[in-house]
Amino acid sequence: MKKIHIILLVFIAVSIAVLISLMGNLSTYETIATAKQKPGKYVTLSVKMDRNKPLDYNPVKNPNYLAFTALDTLGNSVQVVYHDLKPTDMEKSERIVIGGAISGDHFECKKILVRCPSKYKDDPNAAKNSLKEQTSQY
Amino acid sequence: MNYIGEHLFPGQLGHFAAVLSLVACLVATIAFFKSNRAEILAEKKSWLRLARAAFLVETISVITIICCIYYILVNHLFEYNYAWEHSDTTLQPKYVFACLWEAQEGSFLLWSFWHCVLGWILIATAKKWEAGVLTVVSFAQFCLATMLLGIYFFHTKVGINPFALLRTEGLLNNAPAFTDITTGNLRADYLTILKDGSGLNALLQNYWMVIHPPVLFLGFASTIVPFAFAFAGLVNNDHTWTKPVLPWALFSGAVLSTGVMMGAAWAYESLSFGGYWAWDPVENASLVPWLVLIAGLHTNLVYKSSGYSLKSTYIFYILAFSLVLYSTFLTRSGILGDTSVHAFVGADIFTQLVSFILVFFIPAMVLFFIRQKSMPTIRKEESTYSREFWMFIGSLILFLSSLIIIAKTSVPVFNKIFGTKMSPPEDVPFSYNQILVFIAILLGLLTAVTQYLKYKETPKAFFSKKIWLPTLIAVTISLAISLSGAMNYDKKGPGFMIAIHIALFAAIYGVVANTGYIWLGLKGKLKAAGASVAHIGFALLLVGILISSSRKEVLSWNTTGVSLFEKTKDQDPAENIALFQGVRTDMGKYHVTYLRDTTNDFDKKKYFELSFESKDGANKFKLYPDIMKINKGRQEPSANPDKEHYWNKDIFAYASAWTDPSVNDTTTFRPVQLKEGDTVFYSNGMIVLNKVMVNPPNNKRVIEPGETAMMLDMTVISKEGSIYSVTPGIVIKQNAVRNLPDTVMAQGLVLQFNKIADEKKRTLEIGVKENKGMTPLITLKVLQFPFISIVWLAVIIMVTGFIMSIVQRTGKTKLTAV
Repeated sequence: MKKIHIILLVFIAVSIAVLISLMGNLSTYETIATAKQKPGKYVTLSVKMDRNKPLDYNPVKNPNYLAFTALDTLGNSVQVVYHDLKPTDMEKSERIVIGGAISGDHFECKKILVRCPSKYKDDPNAAKNSLKEQTSQY
Repeated sequence: MNYIGEHLFPGQLGHFAAVLSLVACLVATIAFFKSNRAEILAEKKSWLRLARAAFLVETISVITIICCIYYILVNHLFEYNYAWEHSDTTLQPKYVFACLWEAQEGSFLLWSFWHCVLGWILIATAKKWEAGVLTVVSFAQFCLATMLLGIYFFHTKVGINPFALLRTEGLLNNAPAFTDITTGNLRADYLTILKDGSGLNALLQNYWMVIHPPVLFLGFASTIVPFAFAFAGLVNNDHTWTKPVLPWALFSGAVLSTGVMMGAAWAYESLSFGGYWAWDPVENASLVPWLVLIAGLHTNLVYKSSGYSLKSTYIFYILAFSLVLYSTFLTRSGILGDTSVHAFVGADIFTQLVSFILVFFIPAMVLFFIRQKSMPTIRKEESTYSREFWMFIGSLILFLSSLIIIAKTSVPVFNKIFGTKMSPPEDVPFSYNQILVFIAILLGLLTAVTQYLKYKETPKAFFSKKIWLPTLIAVTISLAISLSGAMNYDKKGPGFMIAIHIALFAAIYGVVANTGYIWLGLKGKLKAAGASVAHIGFALLLVGILISSSRKEVLSWNTTGVSLFEKTKDQDPAENIALFQGVRTDMGKYHVTYLRDTTNDFDKKKYFELSFESKDGANKFKLYPDIMKINKGRQEPSANPDKEHYWNKDIFAYASAWTDPSVNDTTTFRPVQLKEGDTVFYSNGMIVLNKVMVNPPNNKRVIEPGETAMMLDMTVISKEGSIYSVTPGIVIKQNAVRNLPDTVMAQGLVLQFNKIADEKKRTLEIGVKENKGMTPLITLKVLQFPFISIVWLAVIIMVTGFIMSIVQRTGKTKLTAV
């Protein structure tokens, strides 16, 4: 066997090992119900904000405390606590992706991903509302 | 129906040009293909003439489309969806181009434009390869042209028409103001109501966004050249293309590096990724083609000098372009919606984007497997002491790293195909860094050593004689840095920290050894030193990345101890500090004061003036972070940072939240009953009612004739001893009562006279409202990035190296041609 073949085999082995170890690193998308069964495990949820429940954020009192209620598509809800700034436009987003773990009675959130402003293109409602607001003076 | 005031001509012209360009590309592709196949010289030439003519028509069409969109944007023709969606009347002229490429259509157009430019350079220089190479380029142009069609074929929409009218997009149907009451249709004069567009995304209103996309797209577009050469080589079964392709591959490498790092600079300046690199899928998608292209460039050089690695050169060049297409798919199809903040949301071009990849990748790979049996190979093994052997290993490592990055980035694609539910890990950057730090070690070492080896076989004595000095210097420097404690990054455990220090050595070794090589190996001949300079830049880039990312610091830890703040759980970061206007606040090494804010109508920005003083008094500066209001989607204003630049660090500050005194008014009035001379307490002191005045002579409030005013003379005394005088009151005219509340801004206090509670006891009811939101307040995040300048300097050096190599290589090609 040529040197080059041995090296190639080593590389393939290394890349497979690396990829497998990376897969182990990944978390999973869960629903609120399944996340509640795994307290303490880092999971990712795709949720909506419950607009009927209050959003608790007061930058004067504490800029690093945000609490709100999240709803998933199955209708389950959970209280979310996030110890950082409220992401801009969070109230207006249709859907948010949150990463964190269930801790006691709430979801301790580490990461919030709100859809990018440039993407509102696929949300015709936002565009329509914006148009309505612009023209409501007439 | 005719609508008043619409300008339909630019749209019609633009759409005609879009269709014409599609047809012209098709003609050009066929003609170039025929010319390449033709055996007889005369036939070859006649096809070539036709092909060039078609390519000219195509070029003119693309430029026409761009001009039409530009015209629509500059003249604010909001009857067009493009103008309405991506611009508004207040847009500064310098950002018109940013509007052009905010949308998918515009960025495809930019790509198309660069293909035209590159195409003409190829026509002028590629000689016998012209027909073969341009066949591929024209076909790519055809694919891009379909993206701009917006025409339905058998109920499937192909492409997005950039000239679609707003009224045909259905948006106006929902706004009652636009409906003609008599007919229920759109009003003929709807344009008189539609006065403004929804504006450009604030993140894109940044000068980097004007120059970064064109450069990056030139980089993406240029990867087609090596691919096209390789493809033409496969078609013609001729491998001599590996020589004329070299300057092109170098050019592609240079432009892609510049484009990617300009994107990093934008991310850094706007802080939208929290630094210059965050392993966001959008960033990865632009990095991966670069890695593979560089791998291809190295195997290409190996083939040219030693005859080894021809097949891998083919594979890498094919993959580099295919990965550009795959990246296009990732960032534009909307598949990354849940993992990237910055990807486009898919329009209806998902299938089109997938076909775009396959239509290039599959034929190229099929042809490759047909031809590979007949490719020349060298049976003899490379020597371990040869340059080609280690260059090949280096290319493999680059390729391996690109595989790892793209595999991780593609998780949403796997989820879609296999129905799995994998999501990004908790610490995304670390999940990349822990692997890539080892790649950095290997690449640093290879970059350092390989140049000292000769092609074919290196005498061992020669090698060790040359290499010992650079090695010694590198060990000394890296030990000095490591021991100085500048890189104590132990958050991820000792293993990772050791890896970082080894990587630092490897990177410094790369810098020192390549610098040394210019004198030790090349005897100071700078003309031939392009490769060394590029490698110095690359290794220095690794140094910069290692130092700057391990020492990023948050300066705004909320350790003020001000009772206003609730304590956060100890494991959670509290990286934002609240500042009241005019109050000097303690922030670690600095005192910060929020002095005032100013509004600028020109760019719709509100600037916060912040004064920073280091506690040792050595350093004072002011920063002006701002927030910007935009119409788009009625978003909250977005924050832009400001930075103070030092040679060894940058300090960034941005307003992460702010209160607007007029809006944030949610607390209610607390009723209190008082007599003259009575006192009432509020959270920060007391309020005294001195006396009731009816129609006081020197009333500072505006009272109209015929009104009777009843004002309360009150004093507010805060705990700190500040005294404020307030006079709330009411005015009565016949039976109507008008209330005149008064405020103490500094105390967040509002007082109003509610009513007379008891006439006999002479008690009055006063409303007291406390609202901290009244005092202007911002929440600030301050970050310090050390030695970031090394990163930018390194990129400049690397690109200079690429350019030097291009000059060197084109010079050689010319010589051999003569």
